Amino acid sequence: MSDTEKIIQVIFDAIDELNAQRPDETPLEKSAGTVLFGKSGSLDSLGLVNLIVAVEQGVEETFGASVTLADEKAMSQKNSPFRNVSSLAEYVDVLLSEDAD
Amino acid sequence: MEPSQKIMLITGTRKGIGRFLAEYYVGKGFRVIGCSRSPIDYELDHYEHFCLDVVDEPAVKAMFTKIRKQYGRLDVLVNNAGVASMNHMLLTPLSTINKVLNTNVAGTFLFCREAAKLMQKNRFGRIINFSTVAVPLKLEGEAIYSASKAAVVCLTQVLAKELANMGITVNAVGPTPIQTDLIRAVPQEKIDALLDHQAIRRFGNFEDISNVIDFYIRPESNFITGQVVYLGGV
Repeated sequence: MSDTEKIIQVIFDAIDELNAQRPDETPLEKSAGTVLFGKSGSLDSLGLVNLIVAVEQGVEETFGASVTLADEKAMSQKNSPFRNVSSLAEYVDVLLSEDAD
Repeated sequence: MEPSQKIMLITGTRKGIGRFLAEYYVGKGFRVIGCSRSPIDYELDHYEHFCLDVVDEPAVKAMFTKIRKQYGRLDVLVNNAGVASMNHMLLTPLSTINKVLNTNVAGTFLFCREAAKLMQKNRFGRIINFSTVAVPLKLEGEAIYSASKAAVVCLTQVLAKELANMGITVNAVGPTPIQTDLIRAVPQEKIDALLDHQAIRRFGNFEDISNVIDFYIRPESNFITGQVVYLGGV
């Protein structure tokens, strides 16, 4: 499994965890195009916070690296890394590359 | 470990109030995890110790990772670790200001943040922070210490709101002077003047603090959050 596939799997696991935490709400779909946050996103701000925490923990367990997803850098990106699963995976990949340098 | 055993993390357990609380809550059936900068000189069943500085973010995060992997949960956090500085403001160096604010404010925040990440998984958690009667009394000679503890009060009240819908309560206890190392260097007349501000004029004791924590962590207190209980009638 490539690193990109591993990151996507980490995010899918986080989505599973999040869906289990909010059984009364529409489950978030596990696909690269799933919109996470924004006008057409199905997550409220608290849902996004919980997803970010779950992804950070998953990244730590899978890659042994401690990353902070929601910092000033993420918030100042022209295109938010939290748009969808794919953009989040790309952002995690960038942070992991920086961590390895 | 029994599945029903509650997990409690207490900071600053090498001595004083922290050590008392570790022993007290082990006695009440908790699995207690403690930490301090220096190693401890005592042993306790159902107790695990980490040597770390509460503002060493990588070390703190590594400890929480271990707790998550080993227990999968955290029920109670008691942010007891703190440092004091009592001096006239004209004689207070920047290094002291940084040290007090770092340990008391940043350390408390860091532990609240990492604890909340773990607690929100089970939709349950109790966080107890430490303030002091020096905050409402606005004591001379304690500008930085009381400012740091006023920040802890504010932190407690804001976090209570941010974490409420995760099933986590955040409260604080504000002790009076207790005969520990923290006030060892304070002149007796200052202590007497401070006790005179209390409705009940005596030193606090460790049990006064555990009594408030017992109240905050009991299941029936799930509607109590963002509160500060000052001891001694201040």
